[in-house]
Amino acid sequence: MYSEKVMDHFQNPRNVGVLEDANGIGEVGNMRCGDIMKLYIKVGDNEIIEDIKFQTFGCGAAIATSSMITEIVKGMSIAEAEKVSNRQVAEELDGLPPAKMHCSNLAADALRAAIANYRENKQR
Amino acid sequence: MRSIYLDHAATTPLRQEAYEAMIPYLTESFGNPSSIHAFGRKVRKDLEDARERVANALKVQPREIFFTGGGTEADNIAILGVAARLKDKGRHIITSAVEHHAVLHTCEALEKQGYALTVLPVDKYGMVTPADLEKAIGAETILVSIMHANNEVGTVQPIKELAAIAHERGALFHTDAVQTVGNIPVDIEDLGVDLLSASAHKIYGPKGVGLLYVRKGTKLANIAYGGAQERSIRPGTENVAGIMGFARALELAVAEQPETSRHLTVLRDKLIKGLTALPDVCLNGHPQQRLPGNANVSVERVEGESLILSLDMAGIAVSSGSACTSGSLEPSHVLMAMGLSHQRAHGSLRFTLGKSTSAEDIDYVLEVMPGIIERLRQMSPVQSGR
Repeated sequence: MYSEKVMDHFQNPRNVGVLEDANGIGEVGNMRCGDIMKLYIKVGDNEIIEDIKFQTFGCGAAIATSSMITEIVKGMSIAEAEKVSNRQVAEELDGLPPAKMHCSNLAADALRAAIANYRENKQR
Repeated sequence: MRSIYLDHAATTPLRQEAYEAMIPYLTESFGNPSSIHAFGRKVRKDLEDARERVANALKVQPREIFFTGGGTEADNIAILGVAARLKDKGRHIITSAVEHHAVLHTCEALEKQGYALTVLPVDKYGMVTPADLEKAIGAETILVSIMHANNEVGTVQPIKELAAIAHERGALFHTDAVQTVGNIPVDIEDLGVDLLSASAHKIYGPKGVGLLYVRKGTKLANIAYGGAQERSIRPGTENVAGIMGFARALELAVAEQPETSRHLTVLRDKLIKGLTALPDVCLNGHPQQRLPGNANVSVERVEGESLILSLDMAGIAVSSGSACTSGSLEPSHVLMAMGLSHQRAHGSLRFTLGKSTSAEDIDYVLEVMPGIIERLRQMSPVQSGR
């Protein structure tokens, strides 16, 4: 049902945990559908994502997509990172089962929420 | 790596005796039981002999047994057949919120056709309250369909009491006994049901065969059309090998039931005790009135599919009522009807034990569970108290 890459990210998730010095936090999903993703980013002065961590409550796909996006965007500028789509995350994982494409494929949304939160924080 | 199958409510392996009972009918005894020649007559005789053995095991008459293509088909024939037959008498049907979809979706289809449908609620253990049936039942009620035991949480319903209420008010009573026949004592006469569905592959028989018990004198309309097989209630050439395997599996399951139940209950209680001793893990379903092989728990702050995947990697096969595993966006309708929070429903795990389950298997599950839960909780943004 899941690709080897999905299972690898589920089994050995990259960048799990809370980022204590995060300057942007994004949370998407809800308990009703059973997926909650929380992304923490630390954006440097040069608008580069220097560090990123995630916490996820959800199925294998939810955990794997969260892990994958942290790998994709670490070291990217926020302008570039914002363009990453949920579909791209799924493609990097060699695809997801069709039923998972809409419900558990929210990592890019979580990242955009974290970037928006970073910008809000910066304006204050 | 160890490989432990704890999903017996989904299906069971075919037992050797049932397999051996099937072989002749897949090879030399291939005749069509409806044929008049010797090839057909031989198989007809064996098929009717199987019906008699099934009837004996269930302590009913052979004429009351109709072989079907499984539990779902038996449920459809019972519900749709009664509804069509009695539509001029009344058009009200009563079922419960925790039924298998084979019953619930069939009743909902009738509702779309203009029948009135009452779906009875359940208490926090998944149990139907007889007083609720008494309140819901009326002169228009033609059929009450309530499962004997629930496939997800294992709660056993007070069928005898419920059937008596239906009969007092002149309604027929059907029960889906797919999880109970061969697993707990099922005395059809004592339960007083008019219709009962059972399936072979839940009791170490083959897939694709089941039965509908229809009490003598209970009339059903046809829901499918064809030949006169199974007295036209289930037309189509009989699945002879399947029926032979089912008959053997059923006879043995009923004979072995007291011993199997004792074995399973001990292991189930050990598993439930061990799991619920873990922090924030609680039991779903009734603490006593439950199937001997069913342990269903919710693990707080962790999602069910990720638990299944983790257990699968440790060689343990189980299931869950989380949305991800139900194939829809909502968690199990059974757990929601019991009033569980979304979080508890998403974090549910069902272990269903079988004949081959050993105490060592349970020890192994209890050994790996804490680490699996801890790893997933560390990943979870949901903290205790939320």
